[in-house]
Amino acid sequence: MSHSTTTTGRRSVFSRPTAETGFSSWITTTDHKKIGIMYFFTVLVFFFLGGVESGVIRAQLAQAEQSLVTPEIYNQAFTMHGITMVFLVVMPLSAAFFNYLIPLQIGARDVAFPRLNAFSYWMYLFGGIFLYSSFLLGGAPNGSWVGYAPLSIDSVSNMAFYAVGIQLLGVSSLAAAVNFIVTILNMRAPGMTFMRMPMFIWMSLVTNFLLLFALPIIAVALFMLQFDTVFGAQFFNPATGGDPILWQHLFWLFGHPEVYIMILPAMGIVSEILPVFSRKPLFGYAAVAFAGAAIGFIGFGVWAHHMFTSSIGPVARSAFALSTMFIAVPTGIKIFNWVFTMWGGKLRFTTPMLFSIGFVSMFTIGGLSGVTHSIVPHNAQQHDTYYVVAHFHYVLFGGALFGLIAGIYYWFPKVTGRLMSERLGKAHFWTWLLGFNLTFGPMHMSGLLGQPRRTAVLPGELGGTVELYNLLSSLGLLVLVVSALIFLYNLVVSIKSGVASGPDPWDARTLEWLSASPPKHYNFDVIPTISHRDEFWHRKYAEDEAGRPVAVPAGASEEHGDGHDDRGEHIHMPDPSYWPLVMCLGFFPLAYGLIGPIWPAIIVGVVWIIIGYFGWIIEPVAEGDDDDPVVEDPDAHRSGVAAH
Amino acid sequence: MTTILVLVLGLVLTACTAPQSALDPAGPYAQEPHDLIRPVFAIALFVFVLVQGLLIYSVVKFRKRPDDDGSLPVQVHGNTRLEIFWTVVPALILAGIAVPTVQMIFSTMDEPEGDYLTVEVIGHRWWWEFYYPDYDIYTANEIVIPVDTPVRLEMTATDPARSPDLGVIHSFWIPQWAGKQDVVPGQTTFLNIQASDTGRYLGQCAEYCGLSHVNMRIRGESLEQADFEAWVENQQSPAVQPTDGLAAEGAELFGAAFDTDIGQRSCAACHQIWNGEGQRSPGVGPDLTHFASREEFAGAIFETNEENLREWLRNPPAMKPMQPENQVGMPNLNLTEEEIDALVAYMLALE
Repeated sequence: MSHSTTTTGRRSVFSRPTAETGFSSWITTTDHKKIGIMYFFTVLVFFFLGGVESGVIRAQLAQAEQSLVTPEIYNQAFTMHGITMVFLVVMPLSAAFFNYLIPLQIGARDVAFPRLNAFSYWMYLFGGIFLYSSFLLGGAPNGSWVGYAPLSIDSVSNMAFYAVGIQLLGVSSLAAAVNFIVTILNMRAPGMTFMRMPMFIWMSLVTNFLLLFALPIIAVALFMLQFDTVFGAQFFNPATGGDPILWQHLFWLFGHPEVYIMILPAMGIVSEILPVFSRKPLFGYAAVAFAGAAIGFIGFGVWAHHMFTSSIGPVARSAFALSTMFIAVPTGIKIFNWVFTMWGGKLRFTTPMLFSIGFVSMFTIGGLSGVTHSIVPHNAQQHDTYYVVAHFHYVLFGGALFGLIAGIYYWFPKVTGRLMSERLGKAHFWTWLLGFNLTFGPMHMSGLLGQPRRTAVLPGELGGTVELYNLLSSLGLLVLVVSALIFLYNLVVSIKSGVASGPDPWDARTLEWLSASPPKHYNFDVIPTISHRDEFWHRKYAEDEAGRPVAVPAGASEEHGDGHDDRGEHIHMPDPSYWPLVMCLGFFPLAYGLIGPIWPAIIVGVVWIIIGYFGWIIEPVAEGDDDDPVVEDPDAHRSGVAAH
Repeated sequence: MTTILVLVLGLVLTACTAPQSALDPAGPYAQEPHDLIRPVFAIALFVFVLVQGLLIYSVVKFRKRPDDDGSLPVQVHGNTRLEIFWTVVPALILAGIAVPTVQMIFSTMDEPEGDYLTVEVIGHRWWWEFYYPDYDIYTANEIVIPVDTPVRLEMTATDPARSPDLGVIHSFWIPQWAGKQDVVPGQTTFLNIQASDTGRYLGQCAEYCGLSHVNMRIRGESLEQADFEAWVENQQSPAVQPTDGLAAEGAELFGAAFDTDIGQRSCAACHQIWNGEGQRSPGVGPDLTHFASREEFAGAIFETNEENLREWLRNPPAMKPMQPENQVGMPNLNLTEEEIDALVAYMLALE
């Protein structure tokens, strides 16, 4: 679709970008698939940085009384490790999946607000760069990722970068959440009712509602922290009547839903993969969907279980003990449903399937140690020890990351048209499983034996057993590093020379496999009409009354309108735009200005953002194409825009 | 595989030997939660075996065989009875463990019944101050209690060198006596502890409190009632004031009883050594009246001996990371070797 500005007879300061390949096509893209790919590769970079920080932690704690790094460096390393893995790896990796898959799975051509989608990506990238620039500008934050006040309002903790940086990332996620919610609610293909949506779409919807309600809470808390650290407000300073516990309530009222923000997308991914490779539908679709929604609701009612040793009283402790136990019920429902999806199937142990089974297995361990936290009198022994470190890594690494990696292997052929190497994939899985358990399994024990978290040295007086467990954990990380390198190698080799996959390599069930691999710019030649849950599978097979599958005669699917003709040439897609990037760049002077505060930088930033904002507004979403009879017939142009 | 199993089993069996272990309670406030968690761990283990067993069974039993005819399995969409079963059963199990949990939350947090000892705890960056209001004595980093007597800790946090009310959150934790409880600036929190045996127990600040968090350790010592009373009596007596020799020079340098050199470099600007006159009132640093009676110093990380003390006085932030530029911790006073000799002699005379 070549594009000429002359047909519209108008040139602005920035002529509309038109490139479809090359560097400029990426920085101006509004295509949800390209943005998803950009999220993915950016995540890889931050995952590497977060991994380096974990290396610092595990090297230092490999032996007792070591001093490989100073406590200053160590405290920055574990703080940035937490921030990176939560805000710069797991959340945006989920966003990569949301971006790539939501329109494809619901049968849409793009997300509801394509330029806002680009804006979300740039805010994420710049927020990450801003946070990491702190290493070069006087030291990274060292007040831990939970940023407990009043330590975090003390200038020595460098938390001004945290207060502003997380805010930028929050803007990114909030914009994305609105975008995805609107997309899912409004842009589903005809016939795709809620109970016909793929499970990944269900979990995405719940996750994005969680983001929508949880992020404003952390935004408020971060503004208060920002005002305390930079402008001398006293929200959290007890010396002048502030309340340090207020921070904890606000942080965890965001922070606990955040756990489900990180795990629910992985649950959705696994709910897609297990049925495909078991060759059965998801067991108890409605139960899995509603359990996910229930987790979303209850997730807002358990925040104080992070504060059982704080100054909350026995009544609050009891109430939150009960809610914490209660949330284990929907989680358990999901686990049994996944197991019974496999029950009676014909299991194919591809790499995505292995990672999905690993997810169910490892997440079960994390869930069970989660229940033990609700035993409040004993929680006082577990809290802030390595037992907790073990628990949340089993949920977020054994859970969320295993699920997300399963998704990478599963959808790689959709994105690239090639398969990842199964041999390397299996090597990756087994080393990943071994390394993960070796790293985090022993932490259950070292925590119960009295090793506290966030300590820059492993005190020798904790005893030889604790030292041995720590050595095992550090060796486990080495296995994980080897495993990650196998994955990276697999990724590079498979992108270049993987086996061609065809559009449907897995005999899959959901709509994204209906389009070509990789999908065309406009996803579908014709928006499909949906008449079943697992629509794509039902175009290939029918079921008789006993549930026995019967192949649908070849050619039948053509009737549903996925045939390949030249109709795509007339599909009108949103055009690329500079404005999201231009507007986001203005956040750099604003953010650095806020650290100071440096008022000229703040003013430059605000003015820049406002100019970017107006540039964005006056630029139409899409302009006419060569073959679009826009000049001759203004009505056709209008209808083209309205479609988006 | 077998080797790994043996190794894992061996590690688990030797698990309870660590000196700061929560699995080895030595007092009722640690024992009761321990007794509660054991059946919960057992239930968790049962569920673990059940789920992983089902998973492994499915993987083995339902794997696609090489001789597979290529047909698809029956498309089972769900089973309402099973769904209800695995919703209700876990809910009932959780309700079962909820009842004793809630009971114990109240029983461990309430004031102990009958007579108990009160100790006020103040968390500083990065050391612990203990004050016994019944006896008007101060100690640092080492908390001494009588055996079989409930002790209620009244705890808060400050950094008096910076602002009388400003501190950061710490957490008091001697695992063998009780679970941890945060120590919050501007608030008072309470923790009950009790020792059922005499001995020394290790503890550690458990809430991240900045640079030297790891160096904020606690020593708990439980004594027979008579020994405890003797200890109290000793702590109540004023410091011995040396009259001649190196120790007397040290006392003068310290600024303890002589109104000399009360400036930046005077120890008495921050530390108290009570000589029997007037009120005992702590400075911004630890009370040193009976310094030599403590086995460890500086956050209970160094054994109290001449060598360590000498090195400490040469450059405190080099031995224990601190931020004196931010009024947190002890600065380097640039003492001469002669001054250090005298001060060490004096400090070690403070039994």
